[in-house]
Amino acid sequence: MNTSTETLKTNPSCLMVWLIGLPLAAGLWFLAYWHLGDFADWTISVLGLTRDTHLGEAVHFFAYDTPKVFLLLIGVVYLIGVIQTFFSPERTRALLAGKRLGIGNTLAALLGIVTPFCSCSAVPLFIGFLSAGVPLGVTFSFLISAPMVNEIALALLLGLFGWKIAALYLVTGLAVAIVAGLVIGRLGMERHLQDWVREIHAGNAAPTTGDQLSWEDRLRGGLHHVKEIVGKVWPYIIVGIGVGAAIHGYVPQDFMASIMGKDAWWSVPGAVILGIPMYTNAAGIIPIVEALIGKGAALGTTLAFMMSVIALSLPEMLILRKVLKLPLIATFVGVVGTGILLVGFLFNAVL
Amino acid sequence: MKNIKVLGTGCANCKTTLRLIEEAAKAKGIEVELEKVEDLPQIMSYGVMSTPGVVVDGKVVHAGGIPSKDAIGNWLEDPNP
Repeated sequence: MNTSTETLKTNPSCLMVWLIGLPLAAGLWFLAYWHLGDFADWTISVLGLTRDTHLGEAVHFFAYDTPKVFLLLIGVVYLIGVIQTFFSPERTRALLAGKRLGIGNTLAALLGIVTPFCSCSAVPLFIGFLSAGVPLGVTFSFLISAPMVNEIALALLLGLFGWKIAALYLVTGLAVAIVAGLVIGRLGMERHLQDWVREIHAGNAAPTTGDQLSWEDRLRGGLHHVKEIVGKVWPYIIVGIGVGAAIHGYVPQDFMASIMGKDAWWSVPGAVILGIPMYTNAAGIIPIVEALIGKGAALGTTLAFMMSVIALSLPEMLILRKVLKLPLIATFVGVVGTGILLVGFLFNAVL
Repeated sequence: MKNIKVLGTGCANCKTTLRLIEEAAKAKGIEVELEKVEDLPQIMSYGVMSTPGVVVDGKVVHAGGIPSKDAIGNWLEDPNP
């Protein structure tokens, strides 16, 4: 009890710090964002390089993209971090329990973006949802959307491809999650859950947090989220942008057009299959993908590759194996894979 | 003596949580019975959906993410957490 009265007393002054500090930080953020090009130009001039050389072009790419991606990552992850303090897995489960297919799937896919989710909790979450009466198909919509449409992927796409592609990824990712969940729900595959899973009826809900948080707690929660996420993914981003920079500077123009271009019909299924055994996060893969697009790879093919890497991965399937029998896993891979294929073909056809 | 269980399937956060509780107990000189529960059906029987979860004397006190130092201190010292 002691600690809670103390925080109540110090609350007003601390909130003031946040109210002054946040706009200040936002101002600095915008200032830095507008001068990204200057910084990259300055970097190569200090190194005595020009953009006419391969090395100069690669270094410029790196010096421009790295700060840009990190600025966007910090901004987006902070916002989502604050929003996530309003949603706990328990609350999401309560919102989804007993919802019918269709509306439930849409809600589940949307909640997948804002519910705090760690892939190591996927299995407990899965069982927790089912045992509380969330239909299997709705649960799958959540499980597909939560890792695929995440703030890291969105921030990187925003930074490297612009808002249109980020929005496309968001909408199509949600669509794949909703439709795949609907199909799995329609197939009535409940009997392909492992037996012990079906026997669990967790009636007692775990403690809910998130209702009694103050604004200060939420603002601090966002900062905590930034520390956790950026602290975890920064090496992947640096390596990813480094590889991207090398591709950008050294790989000949249109090199990728023959393998990953629009005209190669087999490139989309190829990209999906290639993506399954690859287990990296969005942070590492997106900068490389951006460089490939610059060399003539088609957007639909690359989007399909990205989604496959993030949403379908072997390690995740091994974990799911503990709760799902093989036919259900095969269905999951088949349905999600087909959805991603369609997204790939659609974008290659439209753009 | 208190019985503290850390529920988790072996992710990095779960291990960190276990270590933090161990260190805090040692620093305060409090003896605790610390257990790590990795068996999924057993974890689920506590109704925990996000790991790591912490159970003190049979009661779930935490779920999801690494607990704060203050929270750990409370679990160790409070007679009825």
